[in-house]
Amino acid sequence: MRTHQQQSEHADAIDLMINMGPQHPSTHGVFRLIIWVDGERVVRCEPHIGYLHRGSEKICESERYSQIITLFDRLDYVGNLNNELAFCLATEKIMAVEIPERAEYIRVILCELNRIASHMLFYGVYGLDAGAMTPMLYAFRERERVQELFETVTGARLMHNYIKIGGVKQDLPPDFDTRLSILLEQLKKGIEECDQLLSQNEMFLARTKGVGSISGPDAIDFGISGPSLRAAGVPEDVRVTDPYSIYDRFDFGIPVGSHGDCWDRFYVRVEEMRESIKIIEQAADEMPRGNISAPLRRIVRPPKGEVFVRTESPRGDLSVFLVSDGTDIPYRVKVRSPSFANLQALEYLLRDAYLADAVLILGSIDIIMGEVDR
Amino acid sequence: MVQKQPKRTQRRETELAPVVLDERAQELKCALGIMLPQEYEGQLDAEVDMIVLTLPASSLREVSRLLKETSELRFDYLCSITVVDYEEIENRFEVIYHMVSFLNHYKLAVKISVSTECLVVPSVNDIWRSAGWFEREGHDLYGVVFDGNPDLSPLLLYEGFDGYPGRRSFPYHDYQEW
Repeated sequence: MRTHQQQSEHADAIDLMINMGPQHPSTHGVFRLIIWVDGERVVRCEPHIGYLHRGSEKICESERYSQIITLFDRLDYVGNLNNELAFCLATEKIMAVEIPERAEYIRVILCELNRIASHMLFYGVYGLDAGAMTPMLYAFRERERVQELFETVTGARLMHNYIKIGGVKQDLPPDFDTRLSILLEQLKKGIEECDQLLSQNEMFLARTKGVGSISGPDAIDFGISGPSLRAAGVPEDVRVTDPYSIYDRFDFGIPVGSHGDCWDRFYVRVEEMRESIKIIEQAADEMPRGNISAPLRRIVRPPKGEVFVRTESPRGDLSVFLVSDGTDIPYRVKVRSPSFANLQALEYLLRDAYLADAVLILGSIDIIMGEVDR
Repeated sequence: MVQKQPKRTQRRETELAPVVLDERAQELKCALGIMLPQEYEGQLDAEVDMIVLTLPASSLREVSRLLKETSELRFDYLCSITVVDYEEIENRFEVIYHMVSFLNHYKLAVKISVSTECLVVPSVNDIWRSAGWFEREGHDLYGVVFDGNPDLSPLLLYEGFDGYPGRRSFPYHDYQEW
């Protein structure tokens, strides 16, 4: 951390400008934050992003539809399958393709597992932000189990490229059912263990309760979505309010916070993992046999038009806007990434907070820089 | 290494994506027909499953306020702002505002077109605070000026970057920074 002093407008006070990042261990990627402090309080802050800007949207304008899925993998590299799904849904919607039932169920199961893996990472890293080392080890153990299952299904641990336009790439391995039921039992136990380890810890509560609060209407106004919005008391989940894929068939709840502070944002995610397990169990029970992919041409050429699809990624409302001109390459792809919008509210959340809480508040909105900078 | 940009290949005849409006969209269409002033009546359209409202840039702010504050509509969540560059036509840039109503579960796209000569769009930053960064990104990558946004400094690009990389005329592959 580099600090330097400058004379403030008030004759008797010295404003301190603190520069965090872009290489700072607790900023979850290459993110630079300039904070002006008055004593211990944050007066103003200025987020700088763009260090990871790869021009994904621009590259999309020169690649074929099926090639773009790999680019979406690399946006949110913790919730890859949810990202792949968002793009595939947009393309399928504009082409009005019917997806085989089995493919839909496979997608839902894997996306929810991905959500658990993503929230587990958040859980561990957030504990680390608060100064607790142990939770991270437990969280990574659970996350590793999910990654292992992904490896047997998709062949990759991170960049899966598994969901394709019209279905999924290949069928599940023959022993998937037993593997999944073992994994779910382990995860259930793991989530309870994690919950007991950190959530009610007195030190942790003291650090996070009442820190970085935001009200529901303010959160909506800032475009915050996902767990951070639900923590502020707004029961809005795209899976329920604007269901995509087959989410309307499952019975699950929307965990909602009441204060919109750091602890609520943390605990909503823990609760969400339990809800995800409910979805996976229902989906695994109902899973039909049959095709895994709709009969489509290898190079798809969607009809001319524009489509806007909203999905619920682990971080919030991930929307894809797709403009097709009837060729095999999209005319424009716009990704509305949840982290980008959530990060916008950071300036509001940090105002008047203690400098020591800055890292905790930043951690609680769970940003992934790959998605912010695109 | 200079890569060639892949050619766009088209089907012999290009059809339009079919429009299928669900219940909510039908309801929104009726509500907009009642709530909107007379002159925007003919501007309602639909794309795939979404109602699209085309506006002149001058009336964007007025209609945005109406969309946000009328209790029958209550579009309190601005989802994203997209700039699309249609190189060939005269009004080259299309700015699209996607908004969602949490209360009524409506989705709406508001479109405005601007030409290269007058690249100014009124900012809606004071109506939805989420517009701040979305507009900054649009200015950064496409050079559209959002009049009224207090901070249009580079967001994704660095200070002093030359050109607007989002535009279609900006090269894909043979652009080298160093």
